[in-house]
Parts: sequence; C-alpha cells; structure tokens
Amino acid sequence: MLPATYYVGLSAILFIIGVVGVITRRNAIIIFMSIELMLNSANLAFVAFARVHEAMSGQVFVFFVLAVAAAEVAVGLALMVSIFHTKHSIDVDNISSLKG
Amino acid sequence: MFLSEAATGGPQFFYLAPWIVIFPAIGLLINLIFGSRFSEKVIGAIASTASGLAFGVAVLLGVSLVGHPEGEIVSLIDWITIGALQVRWAFQVDTLSVVMMLVVSGVGTLIHIYSIGYMHEDVRHNGDPGRYRRFFIYLNLFIAMMMILVGSNNYMMLFVGWEGVGLCSYLLIGFWYDKGKDGIGNALAAKKAFIVNRVGDFGFLLAAFTMFWAFRTFDFQEVFAKAPEVAAAAPGMILAITLFMLLGVTGKSAQLPLYVWLPDAMAGPTPVSALIHAATMVTAGVYLVARSAELYVLVPQAQMWVSLVGGITALFAATIAVAQFDIKKVLAYSTISQLGFMVAAVGMGAFAAGMFHLVTHAFFKALLFLSAGSVIQGVERGEHHVDHDAKLHKLLKGSGHHFDPQDMRNMGGLRSRMKTTFVVYLIGALALAGIVPLAGFWSKDEILAEASLLNPTVYWLLTIAAFFTAFYMGRQIIMVFFGKPRSAPAEYAQESPPVMTVPLMVLAALSVLGGALNLPGMHTFTGWLEHTLTFIHPGEFNLVVAGVSTGLALLAIILAWLLYSRRYQALQALPTAKRPDDPLRPILGPIFTLLENKYKVDEIYDALIVKPYAALSAFLADVIDWKFWHDWFHDKIIAGGFQLLTRVLSVQVDLGFIDAIGNALGKGTRAVAGRMSLLQSGYVRSYMLSVVVGLVLIVGFLLLR
Repeated sequence: MLPATYYVGLSAILFIIGVVGVITRRNAIIIFMSIELMLNSANLAFVAFARVHEAMSGQVFVFFVLAVAAAEVAVGLALMVSIFHTKHSIDVDNISSLKG
Repeated sequence: MFLSEAATGGPQFFYLAPWIVIFPAIGLLINLIFGSRFSEKVIGAIASTASGLAFGVAVLLGVSLVGHPEGEIVSLIDWITIGALQVRWAFQVDTLSVVMMLVVSGVGTLIHIYSIGYMHEDVRHNGDPGRYRRFFIYLNLFIAMMMILVGSNNYMMLFVGWEGVGLCSYLLIGFWYDKGKDGIGNALAAKKAFIVNRVGDFGFLLAAFTMFWAFRTFDFQEVFAKAPEVAAAAPGMILAITLFMLLGVTGKSAQLPLYVWLPDAMAGPTPVSALIHAATMVTAGVYLVARSAELYVLVPQAQMWVSLVGGITALFAATIAVAQFDIKKVLAYSTISQLGFMVAAVGMGAFAAGMFHLVTHAFFKALLFLSAGSVIQGVERGEHHVDHDAKLHKLLKGSGHHFDPQDMRNMGGLRSRMKTTFVVYLIGALALAGIVPLAGFWSKDEILAEASLLNPTVYWLLTIAAFFTAFYMGRQIIMVFFGKPRSAPAEYAQESPPVMTVPLMVLAALSVLGGALNLPGMHTFTGWLEHTLTFIHPGEFNLVVAGVSTGLALLAIILAWLLYSRRYQALQALPTAKRPDDPLRPILGPIFTLLENKYKVDEIYDALIVKPYAALSAFLADVIDWKFWHDWFHDKIIAGGFQLLTRVLSVQVDLGFIDAIGNALGKGTRAVAGRMSLLQSGYVRSYMLSVVVGLVLIVGFLLLR
C-alpha cells in the first residue's frame, strides 16, 4: 500500500494546479473546472487521511463535498448561461461592471 | 361672650349686630335682581325699608347697651388666618360704634325717603328715568359699607368699609357721569374724589402696615392693650401710625391738604351730597381718630398735628365759603370747615365733643343739603314753568345765557314761595351758625370750651371760623330766601312734595333738639361714650366762651343782613353794568376774587402736582419706556443681542464647526472610498489572487508560528 504522503502530495499538486488555473485562465468554464479540481484535491486528502486514521468521518465529508460541488456547479453553470445570454461571452474579464 | 355673663341686666340684642349690614345688602340685592319689574315707588320703599330695618337693629343695639354698657364683640366668620395673624369679620358693639350706626342708618333712612321724591324729578330732569333703581342700589350699598366701617372690630375690616364707602362715593358723584361740563365734568369730579381719596387711603395702609409691624395684630382690643407697652419700647412707632392715619383722615374727612375733592363731589345728586358728603362718610375720619383714641392719647405730638390740621382747615374752608355763589358749594365748604371742627376736637383729646358735633352736624348739615336740593328743584320747577309759558318764554329769550338753578344769584325771595323749605333751612342755618338753643350751639360750644383749655391756638382758629360760619350762612339765607326774585324761574319756584318735606321736618326737629343729647351739667352723651373711651371727661360749660361765640355769630348775622339786605338794596340804584353781583366784592376787592377762586388751590395743585405728574408720566412713557426700554433696551439690546447671538450660533458655530465636522467626515469617507474602490478592479482573477495570497499568508503564519 502506498504511504499517505503520496496521496497528500498528489492532493497538493492537484490543488496548486487548480489555484493556478483559477488565477490564470479567463474562461469561466475552465475556472469552474479548476475549482472542481481544488475540491477534488481536498477530497483526495480527506479520503487519504480517513484511510490512515481508519475513520469514516473523512469519507462522509467527501460525499458532502461532492453534493455541495454538484449544487455549486448547477448554480454556477446556470449563471454562465445567463451571462452568456447577455454578454455573448463567458470571459470573466468582461464581467467587470461592478468595479469601483 | 363672657362679658355678657357679667352683665347687669336688661334685654340684649347683640347677636343682631350683623343684620345692620345684611339688611341693606338684602335691599340692594332685591332691587338689583328684581328691580327692573318694580315701579319707582316700590324700589324706593324697598331701599328705605332696608335702611330703616338697619336703623331698627341699631336702636335695639343701643337699647341693649343701656343694660350692658360694656358692649360685646359679635363674631361672624374668620376671614384671614396666616400664622399668628387672625382677622375676623366681627362686629364691635359698643357705645361709640352704636352712635355711628344710629347716625348712619337714621339719617340714611330719612335721606332714602327724601330721595324717593327727589330722584323722581331728578331722573326726569336729566332725561334718564332708568337710573332711578341704580341710585337706590348705590345708596343701600353705601349704608352696608358704612356699617362695615363703623361696626368692625379690627382695622382690616374697617378698611374694607373705608374703601367701600369710597367706591360708593365715586359711583354716586359720577351718577350723572355723562353730564356736567363738556359732558365729562361729573365723571372728572368722581375721578378726582377717587384719586384724592386714594392718596389718603395710602396713608391708612401705611398706618396698617406699621401697626402690624409693631403689634402683630389688627384687633382693636389687642392693639389698645399692647399700645402702652409698645409706646414705652418704641414711641416713634405709635407716632408713625397716628400720623399716617392722619393722612387717611385728611383724605376721607376732606381736611387740608386733601380736601379738594369734596367741593367737586357736589356734582352728585343732592341727597348724595347730604348723606355721603356731609352727614356720614366724611365723618369716617373723625370716627377713626375717636376709635383710635387710645393710640392718640399716647402721642401728644400727633394730637397737636391733628388738632392743628382741623383748626386750620376749619378757618380756611369757612373763608372760601363766604365768596361762593353755588348754593351747594357754600354748603360743601361749610362741611369741610365743620369737619375741621370735629377733627380739631378729637385731635386735642375732646373725643366726646368731637363725636357730639359729628352727630349734631349730621342732623343739620343733612337738613341743609336736603333743603338746598328742595330749593334747587323748586327753582327747576320754576324754570320748567317759564319754559312752557309762551309769553314769559318770549319775554326772557333775550337773556340767552344758560340758566344755573344752583346759582344763588338767580334766587331770592323764595321765602314766600317755598315756606316749609324756608323754615327748615332757617333752622339748619341757625343750628350751623351756633345760635342758642339749637343743636349746633351746644356741640360747637363744647368744642370751643375744650379748645380754650387744651389748645389756645386752635381755639382762636375755630372761633374765627365760627364767625365766618355764621356770616356765610346769613349771606346764603338772605340771598336765597329774602329780597326779590332775581330771575324768572325763582319767581315761579314751587314747593316740593311731602315725601321730601316730611324728612326735612324730622331733621329740623332733630337739629333743634339734638343739643339735648349732651346738655352742660347732664353730659348724657359723654357718659354714654365713657363706657368705650374710658379716659374722656365731661367738658365744662364756659360762659365766656359761649358768650363770645354767640356774640360773634350774632354780629356776623347782623353784618350779613346789613350787607346783603341793606347794602344790596342801595346798590340796586346803580345801572346794571356797574352793579356788583355781591355787595362784598367792592369792599374786599381782590381778596374776594381770591376767595371766589378758592385761593386757587386747585390751580396750585394742578401746577405743582398734576402737571408735573403728567409731564413725568409722559416722560416715563415716551422717553423711559418707549425710547429707553422699547427702542434701546428691548430692540437694541435684547432683540439685537439675540440676533447677534443667533447669527454667531448659526454661522460660526453651526455652519463653521458642527456642519464642518459632518462635511469633513463625508469628504474623508469619499476620499478613502475613492482610493479603496481602485481595489475593486472587476477582475475575478485578481480577487482570487488576493484570496490565495491571504490564504498563503495565513497558512504560512500558522505553520511558521
């Protein structure tokens, strides 16, 4: 069995990739995907630690996160569609009408 | 109450004392509320009955005093209770007050009856019969107030009556307030009487205040009981009280220097002149001094002043009366002069003599005034007759001037035309002149006899005044009743109805018999008063004094006869233009004019007091009040200062400071917000970056801590 460090390391790498994706990309869809990546990296860490500590709570948390992520995607994609209707683009840099 | 147990016997009606006020009050209320439905006769009857019942009560009180001469205090209700000060409505029934009650209600009732006839014509002559009822309401109010004055057992209640009779006097002088000179003369006379009396009342008030300071009470008994003690501790206090009281007396009893209102008060209807301005109200001052006798005897200095004021007034007014032509003015100055006699008497300590003269004077002066009213109305009836006789009217039209029914120069020869009036007038005049054995002789002589012992200066003043008294009364009788009528109205003058002449006859009888009250050797009246004024002594009859005064009076009458009958007839030979209206005028020359103008006292007062007072009030109103207070202090200082203050507050403080704080806060917030808003770039990525940076910082902090 692989040591937990590997899982945590993978989780960290995935998280970094997600963060970089959110910061650098302008396409809202890709930002979403990056956010999902970060959530799933967290899930991976949860599962790994659950395994190490032989506790179910980490696993339960993962299901919870999955459910919230799904809801989030549903809302987020609905927003995307609605933004696309008005702006004909989902470039986040274009959505800046609230700037000071 | 304990007094009555020690009484010697006889019936007692002391508990009736309050009714002397209540009866007239009921009378006036009946006439006030229901009078508009009554006829004149009923109104007069109600008022006279009310006054008559008060007289009845006074008689019962007098009867009770025969058996119980120490009298009684009949307490009605508490009035003022402040700390130790207790003032009650209580009636002092003693020999002194009952004398006053009898005079006021007795003479008052006769005058009420006389007024039924007199006012019947007067209201028609003056053209307003509606005022008939008002007259009797005022008369009853006067009786009630006078009874409060003489019946009270303390100085406060006395003051209520004192002011009340002053009010009645004002109302009745101004009874025909829309008549007189320029349609305002009577109202001005009423105002003058009220204001001059107010000066005297001020003195009374000062006396009352000082009394309270010294004695802490207003009750007669308590004040008199403490008086010797206070006099020993602070003699100036009693002197101050008595001298302030003297000022009140000079106002109410028309003495120098405040007598000026009484001659003007003749503007009132004649019964009023008789009742208020001759017989009763003006004697209130004499009563006050007699009532306060126990204070006056402690300060000889005050006694000296009072008797001097009385003596000088007696002579001063008697000389003025010599040169007056208005029948009522002569009597008015005579009243002032006779009041001077009384004040001089009570001032020098001859309280019994003063009170005796007060009583007899009430009889004969009321008689004289009422007879004068009868004369005036007789002449008015004559005038009426002339006006309605076409032939006579045409004959007299040329004369043109306004006819004055009170001017004695328009009279003459009334003896045969008004017989009853003539007889009673003659009795009154002889009584006033002091001819044996009429009432005036005994009372005046008692004063003179006492004066010759107590105060020689005053004795001479009064003796000379008595001479003038006989002279002006002789002059008046001759001018009015003797000789030939000097005007058509006098020629057609008619006698007055019985309702007027019967009271005159009663008063005439009293004027004849009044002297019997206190005949020398018997001293009934002195003995009567002795129960109240314990220290008085019966005056000795002095044959020399009596002889001198009677001789002077007869001399004066003979002189008057020579001048106004003999000399007057001799002067008729002169042409009309050169003929003097008074035989005395060419003899005395400018002195007569000075006397006719009443020593110009009114003018002097006008110049010395009224004008400067008016100028001072104008100055106070225009300069002090308007210019200083209003324009300068109010407008400039208060309003201007307030405006300045509000300007400072609104501009400097509010705008400059408070608003500035608010504005600066707003501006600062906007500036900060302007900077801060740059952070909100609208780029989600940059927000994300800050989140990540923050996260890294927090995690780094947690890890490296």
